Amino acid sequence: MKADPAGVLTGAHFLDGDFACGEGAMAAGCRFVAGYPITPSTEVVERISRRFPTMGGTFIQMEDELASMAAVVGGSWTGSKTMTVTSGPGFSLMMENIGLAAMMETPCVVVNVQRGGPSTGLPTMVGQADVMQARWGSHGDYEVIAMSPQSPQEAFDLTIDAFNLAERYRVPVMFMMDECVGHMTEKVVIPEADEIEVVPRQLTKKSPEEYFPYDLNGGQLPEFARAGDGYRFHTTGLTHDEKGYPVMSVECQEACVRRLVEKIRDNADDIVRFEEEGIDGADVVVVAYGITARVARMAIEVARNEGIKVGFMRLIVLWPFPEKRIRELAGKVKAFVVPEINYGQMVLEVERCAAGKAAAWLVPHGGGNVHDPETIVETIMKAAK
Amino acid sequence: MRYWRQPLDADRVEVPRGEVIIIADRCKGCGFCVEYCPCEVLEMSEEFNCKGYHPPLVVKSGECVNCNLCEMICPEFAIFTVAQTGAPPAGSQDEVTA
Amino acid sequence: MSVATKQAARELQEHPSAPLLRMERIPHVWCPSCGIGTVVKCYATALERSGVDLDKVSVVSGIGCSGRVAGYMKLDAFHATHGRAIPFATGLKLGRPELLVTVISGDGDLVGIGGNHFIHAARRNMDILVILINNFIYGMTGGQNAPTTPISAKSSTMPFGNFEEPFSLPHLAASSGAPYVARWTCLHIRRLTWAIEEAIQRKGFRFIEVIAPCPTLYSRLNKLGTGLGEMRFYHDNAEIKHGCDTKELDIGFHEKIICGKFVDEERPSFLERMDSHYREVLGDKFVPMGPDGGMIHE
Repeated sequence: MKADPAGVLTGAHFLDGDFACGEGAMAAGCRFVAGYPITPSTEVVERISRRFPTMGGTFIQMEDELASMAAVVGGSWTGSKTMTVTSGPGFSLMMENIGLAAMMETPCVVVNVQRGGPSTGLPTMVGQADVMQARWGSHGDYEVIAMSPQSPQEAFDLTIDAFNLAERYRVPVMFMMDECVGHMTEKVVIPEADEIEVVPRQLTKKSPEEYFPYDLNGGQLPEFARAGDGYRFHTTGLTHDEKGYPVMSVECQEACVRRLVEKIRDNADDIVRFEEEGIDGADVVVVAYGITARVARMAIEVARNEGIKVGFMRLIVLWPFPEKRIRELAGKVKAFVVPEINYGQMVLEVERCAAGKAAAWLVPHGGGNVHDPETIVETIMKAAK
Repeated sequence: MRYWRQPLDADRVEVPRGEVIIIADRCKGCGFCVEYCPCEVLEMSEEFNCKGYHPPLVVKSGECVNCNLCEMICPEFAIFTVAQTGAPPAGSQDEVTA
Repeated sequence: MSVATKQAARELQEHPSAPLLRMERIPHVWCPSCGIGTVVKCYATALERSGVDLDKVSVVSGIGCSGRVAGYMKLDAFHATHGRAIPFATGLKLGRPELLVTVISGDGDLVGIGGNHFIHAARRNMDILVILINNFIYGMTGGQNAPTTPISAKSSTMPFGNFEEPFSLPHLAASSGAPYVARWTCLHIRRLTWAIEEAIQRKGFRFIEVIAPCPTLYSRLNKLGTGLGEMRFYHDNAEIKHGCDTKELDIGFHEKIICGKFVDEERPSFLERMDSHYREVLGDKFVPMGPDGGMIHE
């Protein structure tokens, strides 16, 4: 379906990543946002609060992040596309209800504009230390999708993709921006509404008598019914059967939870997204995401000038992790170099998938700033030996 | 029901008559209906239902006035009353003292 | 209850509230002489009598014994996380304004962990009907102290008696800004049903506290007999005082309980205020979200 023109601010703009993300949400058809202010994410909702009343959207600033996430899950059950925005401390608070969204299979988008952590950390300065939390933050077994933009243009484009993935897989999608991209102002081109493809909320075609909220009909995903359409369904965070009723048995847990995990894992090939450049014949591959990808490119150029054969892989979808590709590359290259603004998170995945066939070198950074490209070059040199 | 005198409009008012229907296997023997029936129509039975509770029993079947109190107060949805039309008015055995 | 419903009930030998209940899950999990079933009956009766479109009614419950209510009602029912029923309900209401959203949950859930959400929803006059079933304890988890447990009452985490001052819930709701505040007990079945019916017709944050017996935890730990013993206590010690000052509604341990409707005011609800404000400030540029909500249909 094409985007609703009411939400699409067509044209060439000079926007920061936060504003671009807000525009992306509105273009994707999001019409209910509940948020709580936290630096550096607040600008997303500030923009939305200004534009929503002109396009039939409702924004509410809730009393805390727990309420925001709960309202986002509730709002999604009315059929609306919903979103919340936060940063590290708020992300931690939202975890229980992210788990609820995963368990109830509620499509929604959670934007985390990452800052230096842990705890209150560096509120106005960049970090990338929440990427593991995006995957494992809530308790129990579940799978989510997480994405990482590297520019305000991508903050616009990928937000629309995030909403589409959320609808397609009935899963909360973690949009892991970082403060640098969020507060960086660049040219953002927003196309015409009919050039933007959005996945609408898929409603069941069954009658209320035949409908069960978690009936799979032989597929992998249940069909959605809105609250207020007469379906009278029940849904719960407890382990449930296909009727949405809580069942406390080992079999039900197996059926319920295995599917939550498999619906993403089995479709990983369709969800995984990355960009590659110069991989063929490379000895070292730099794997980076977000703002670090832009810094890494400079380091790669320097290293190539020194004669090292360096390839570049930029992760766009962080979770599910591109395991297949890394395993494949591990057999062909000497080492991976993973610069990230944390003390080692995605590098653990790279190392796991490399399975000893290639080394995985971390270029850590505590946060507050982007890497000095020299540090990345140094590690590339070491890795190439 | 006990009256302290004959109501002045006793000959004009038709006291409704009800039938008590008990879904015995749902009862958990709490005793609310027996305690609060204004016509003392119910008593706890000596029987056991399938879960081992004592459900109520209608002991004064002519006296139910279809007030619905048992239906409203039962937490188990195990008892309700239905109006009985064309039956003799309830309370024909009421006692009138002095 | 309509005559037609009753005739059908007799014919099928099924309870007249059955159309509003998930009968395949009855008998429910609540203990013998627990009051929650009675509250569900009163709510179901009030819904039927009020004539609202039942397809547009949503029920949200939290975690706890009272939180299981959503699982037994044949409406769009949501069993959310502990304490977050009110913001979840806020999302439902704001996402589709034509819904009648009810929150039915317990004292620990709504004013313990959910306390912050409770006061803010009341402050905003959010359009939700909240029925709080107060059994003075955290029942499902084994009888821990609750923010409503009276002083000197025993619980599993205060085995020597509670020494913390409890909330007076109508006072909390009224001072946070709720326009409709009432308290009844499980014994006051007709007044409770009437209060729910009345509240359904109102707008804004309607709050009804229902005092319920908890035979397995509160009554047992405090040697108050079964639920029937508690109901007898309500019979002898509940006093109806409509319009009573909410400052005087504290409940001591096994002491007088004042019931009634304490606040019933006309106050613009959150949605009304949002609408009229944006209309005033933005004029023609304001595009409200329709009653059908924020979903963009194909």
